[in-house]
Amino acid sequence: MSNLPVPAPSVNSETKPFWDGTAEGRLVLPHCDRCAFVIWYPRSFCPECGSSEVTWKDVSGLGTIYSFSITRKGQGEYRNATPYVLAYVQLDEGPRVLTNVVEEDPDALEVGQRVRVVFHDTGQGTALYRFARA
Amino acid sequence: MSIRGRSAIVGAFEHPLRDIPHLTLPQVHREVAAGALADAGLAFSDVDAYFCAGDAPGFGALSMAEYLGLKPRIIDSTETGGSSYLFHVGHAAALIAAGKCSVALITLAGKPRTGGAAPGGSGGFGGSPEAGFENPWGITVPNAYALAARRHMYEFGTTSAQLAEIKVAASLHAQHNPHAYLRDVVTVQEVLDSPMVADPLHRLDCCVITDGGGAVVVANPEIARSLGGGRRAAWVLGHGETMKSTNNGRIDLTHTGALWSGAAAFAEAGVTPADIRYASIYDSFTITVLQTIEDLGFCAKGEGGRFVSDGGLVAPFGRLPFNTDGGGLCNNHPGNRGGMTKIIEAVRQVRGEAHPAVQVPDCSLALAHGTGGNLGTRTGAATLILGQEVA
Ligand SMILES: [Zn+2]
Repeated sequence: MSNLPVPAPSVNSETKPFWDGTAEGRLVLPHCDRCAFVIWYPRSFCPECGSSEVTWKDVSGLGTIYSFSITRKGQGEYRNATPYVLAYVQLDEGPRVLTNVVEEDPDALEVGQRVRVVFHDTGQGTALYRFARA
Repeated sequence: MSIRGRSAIVGAFEHPLRDIPHLTLPQVHREVAAGALADAGLAFSDVDAYFCAGDAPGFGALSMAEYLGLKPRIIDSTETGGSSYLFHVGHAAALIAAGKCSVALITLAGKPRTGGAAPGGSGGFGGSPEAGFENPWGITVPNAYALAARRHMYEFGTTSAQLAEIKVAASLHAQHNPHAYLRDVVTVQEVLDSPMVADPLHRLDCCVITDGGGAVVVANPEIARSLGGGRRAAWVLGHGETMKSTNNGRIDLTHTGALWSGAAAFAEAGVTPADIRYASIYDSFTITVLQTIEDLGFCAKGEGGRFVSDGGLVAPFGRLPFNTDGGGLCNNHPGNRGGMTKIIEAVRQVRGEAHPAVQVPDCSLALAHGTGGNLGTRTGAATLILGQEVA
């Protein structure tokens, strides 16, 4: 199990479809209807081509570690959670997503390792997407 | 239209203190403004343009210009974190070239040690559109820069010992600066033995946290030549600025905005990296310096680790003498913003007023580069090229 805090993210009407998905254990991203771009971070339009037409669709939740840091000195609610791993995970669908990698032995982590999404309930109708080695 | 040679930095002042419990933030702005104007030989009443950034309390330049008693024709509160002041010099130079103003004052002040602000800050800004996707994961300033360091190591084989060489060079310079926050020379091993803050960055890979401030004055050519015969003018020959975003989910952690701001500044100045005698390189962390040197074209991408080794950055005779005041890594990082002090030390070098032990002989051309924000997410980047002559 993870000792990471699970702070509730800020949610608004634009990002609600994404966060509603996390509460159901799904990673739901806006896809552009015009250019098919998989949009990150989630928005109600496509920042690549300017289209206002997007469709929210599930992605696989699989990815690879693009970079990571084993944090020894945390701040705020993470002050007592060290060591913990901040990372960018590149989803198989393309986006590089800032997240945590949940790992008992962080020294065993390497760039390029395969990971799979896990969800940690915030208790406020959302869940944080984190990743564990696949 | 180019701004090349159409304005000069005529005044520069760095607050000598690193702990300022006895002054308010506006008072520190006032002291550095007075210092830079005195250095230029100008008065507050000569100022017709005022620039400040997010460190200024209140309603940006509106509050501060009023507090300082200015009556400016131009105000600008451009905020790009620690790089703001290099943006300001570029904007001032363009406005002066366009005839909109003649004497521009730019100030910075911060009190993270005695003012109650959180040292080093944290992640994204509450309320920003990206906040919900960045803040819940325990992002700090060091661990996000560490993401950039780790990826650079993965792609190019850069080592912690190579990053440590940057801190060592800064400490060799800081030993000569009586105002420097850290004056002890350190070794590569001491950097590697310092506590890990956010793997792979050690405590000594991080800049200092200091109270402080600084200011510069930019003036048109007529005024610049009239002050002391122009002998202490650092002419603004080139400027480039840009932002580097997370690129809609395709962030590349191995380069910085210097790639574009540097190219623009060199093109405007009509010079190349080989012409630069001294460089002030933003040094929030050692990795910031390494990536910036590559992106400015002082060496090829991925070669930064070798470039900074074997005294490559040590003044006065290294490949690229850098941050001869000790930089943010040792001297001063006032208000968690290193851009102003980068400009000031470049001006000292161009004037020949750096400490004799680190003064670059005949420093005809200097570069200053600022990086604001966070290499792990989004940054502002601005590059200035300053020279002794317009030529
Ligand atoms: Zn599109």
